[in-house]
Amino acid sequence: MEIFWYIAIAIVLAVFFILDGYDFGTGIIHLFFAKKEKDKEVIAKSAGLFWDSNEVWLVAAGGMLFMAFPTFYASVFSGFYLPLIIVLWLIIFRAIGLEFRSQFNFQMWRDIWDTSFGVSSLLLALFFGIALGNIVRGVNLGGVENGISAYEGHYFFLPLWDSSFSPLSETPGVIDWFTLIIGFISVITLAIHGANWVILKTNSTINLKLKGVIFKLNILLAILTIFSIIVWQTVNPNSLNNFADNPYLLVFPLIYLIGLVGLFFIKKVKKESHGFMLSTLLILGGITSSLASLFPVILPSINNTHESLTIYNTSTSEYGLSVAFIWGIIGFILLFVYMIIQKRLMGGKIDKMDYGH
Amino acid sequence: MEDMLFYDRLQFAFTITFHYIFPQLTMGLSLIIVYFKWKYLRNNNEKYNNAAKFFMKIFAVNFTMGVVTGIPMEFQFGTNWAKFSELTGGIIGQTLAMEGMFSFFLESSFLALFIFGEKLMGQKLHFLTGFLVFLGSWASGWFILATNAWMQHPVGYEILENGKFVLQNFSSLFSNPWLLPAFLHNQLASVVTSSFVVASIGAFYILRKKQLEYGQLFLKTGVIFGLVSSLLVAFPTGDWNAKNVAKYQPASFAAMEGIFETEEAGAEIVLIGQPNMVEKKLDNKIAVPNILSFLTHQDWNKQIPGMDQFKKEELPDNIPALYYSYHIMVGLGTIFIGVMVLAIFLLWRKKLYTFKPLLWFIMVLVPFPYIANLTGWYTAELGRQPYLVYGLLKTSDGVSPTVSSGNTLFTLLGFVALYMLLGLLFLVLVGKTINEGPKLKKH
Repeated sequence: MEIFWYIAIAIVLAVFFILDGYDFGTGIIHLFFAKKEKDKEVIAKSAGLFWDSNEVWLVAAGGMLFMAFPTFYASVFSGFYLPLIIVLWLIIFRAIGLEFRSQFNFQMWRDIWDTSFGVSSLLLALFFGIALGNIVRGVNLGGVENGISAYEGHYFFLPLWDSSFSPLSETPGVIDWFTLIIGFISVITLAIHGANWVILKTNSTINLKLKGVIFKLNILLAILTIFSIIVWQTVNPNSLNNFADNPYLLVFPLIYLIGLVGLFFIKKVKKESHGFMLSTLLILGGITSSLASLFPVILPSINNTHESLTIYNTSTSEYGLSVAFIWGIIGFILLFVYMIIQKRLMGGKIDKMDYGH
Repeated sequence: MEDMLFYDRLQFAFTITFHYIFPQLTMGLSLIIVYFKWKYLRNNNEKYNNAAKFFMKIFAVNFTMGVVTGIPMEFQFGTNWAKFSELTGGIIGQTLAMEGMFSFFLESSFLALFIFGEKLMGQKLHFLTGFLVFLGSWASGWFILATNAWMQHPVGYEILENGKFVLQNFSSLFSNPWLLPAFLHNQLASVVTSSFVVASIGAFYILRKKQLEYGQLFLKTGVIFGLVSSLLVAFPTGDWNAKNVAKYQPASFAAMEGIFETEEAGAEIVLIGQPNMVEKKLDNKIAVPNILSFLTHQDWNKQIPGMDQFKKEELPDNIPALYYSYHIMVGLGTIFIGVMVLAIFLLWRKKLYTFKPLLWFIMVLVPFPYIANLTGWYTAELGRQPYLVYGLLKTSDGVSPTVSSGNTLFTLLGFVALYMLLGLLFLVLVGKTINEGPKLKKH
């Protein structure tokens, strides 16, 4: 049962990053590449129409995590207190940017909310990457200093940064050079994803140019990916053991690799949806590979005093997980039905779609 | 430790207060939108369809605000109340996860379809999407109230040796005797808010002499929904809830009613008075003898335990705030019934649209149902103190063990600043929508 819920939550989280990921990416593209007002409007709209239903996936993932692994939820949410609250604020700035930009038709107003949308999307992409970096790096569970625990073994608290700025410190912060690298990978991946979304959903004048942008970003991404795997070995020497022990897990890095290689041929890709599929593979592969490298650990401990958090020592009772399994299956089926209905009615380019207001 | 608890509570209170401005409108408004859409299907009058679409625009803005201010609520269980989450997540996590699964997905998917899909779907399907939005938003209320009902009156649990609550009986979460009365009371109160919003927009149009046709439609619909809902909020659902409090949380009942001393021959009902916590009495009290005993037990002389019957640590920690919340809610509810009865009388006499004093009054009354809804929630939540899970888990034992008060104050200040901005933008946007009105521009 723990494994079912682990996989279910991983899927919901991955879907969140794939769906809301294109909104963040669209924001990054909007910030750096949209120059003409008409492009700005249609690109903002391609995120604005969908962001709220995409964000529901985050709420759902949170709820399931709370239900199935309450100890993990409590530990991680209080341990990453500041970055999480800052993420909430950025989500709000992103939302108001999208919702308010088209309300009044003068340039200064639009510039303010475009910046709000773009900058918060960029920072959200960065923060989510940093979060992933923190999970794979591990934290100082129990707040151990000089062998003395400050809290119970499954609690911790991370400042935004530690003065050494290093993942090898005894008490690393949220932001260090390793998590920053993962953060940059996240920004670039989502920017590629967002560019593919813009190409797929709009007839903006920069669509052609964006293919070139994707190509260049992809080179950068390939370099950073290789670099991050190498430094990951210094941060956590056991990071690849899971793959060595269970070679079938290599399917996840393979998904990532297909996306990465495929995107080098973006200029030759005829169908717009194929580009989007490739960057979807990137995100899917990236998240699943990271999780697979840790399994069944979900938060590694970097000290020897306290053991890592796993899906087994943080889960709720067997009865609770089983009863939720029943309603969970029903819920996922319903969700699937909604998605099909929505896809059939809201597919296609959005330039001409009337946005209610 | 003390100030940490204080900031954690203040931040939750502030963010939930701001959040609950939005869902309380969307839940009730979705019902009225479904009504307009149904009328349109029945009589094919374009007016009703435009009304439905106009209010769906207002709904959408409120829904957006509800989403962005709702995520912080879910997150705060973990960030600020980690110990509470760790201990009870196996139970309240169920209902909160079900809310995401069964209501938010439904609501958000079909809201998008309602707004964009009218031409693609045809009218019957369009009505259906509106209905599903309504269903999703009420399901959300159901799961939140189920969560809260468990905290007010815990059922179906087992406490393990390590202090964790685990679920023992899933269905008892939904057959909790606290749930149904609280749910109905809350949903009807949300209909009161939206009725007032609809009626006051109507009154505004009539007074400004623009969009007269819609002004009259909104006002009429608003006061009819308003009368029915404000009566039902008081009786039977309000009454039913009060009896539950008297039965399951007698200490809170004494505090919210302002009974300091137990009276042998039946308790009085307090209408006005200020709790004096030093002398343990009400100042400037106006009360009617024996009524409270009758309302609670249908027996004029039945004894009701006053606060003197309870130990200090069993009583809510902020008695005046609880007492005022409860009395403000009840007082406002009574005023709403009066206004709506008068409006219906004038509607029947065909004078409602021309009797300006009442139009003005309905228009400016619009913030008050919001206040009544919020003070109702304050009554429930302050009454639950000093517990998070009534009788079992103290509020002070639920906070995050690792988050310092400096960090919480920092985020509290951030939320205050951000929500001020958000509130301002919300008002601008809603004001603009109302000012444009339901008459659609020709494309």
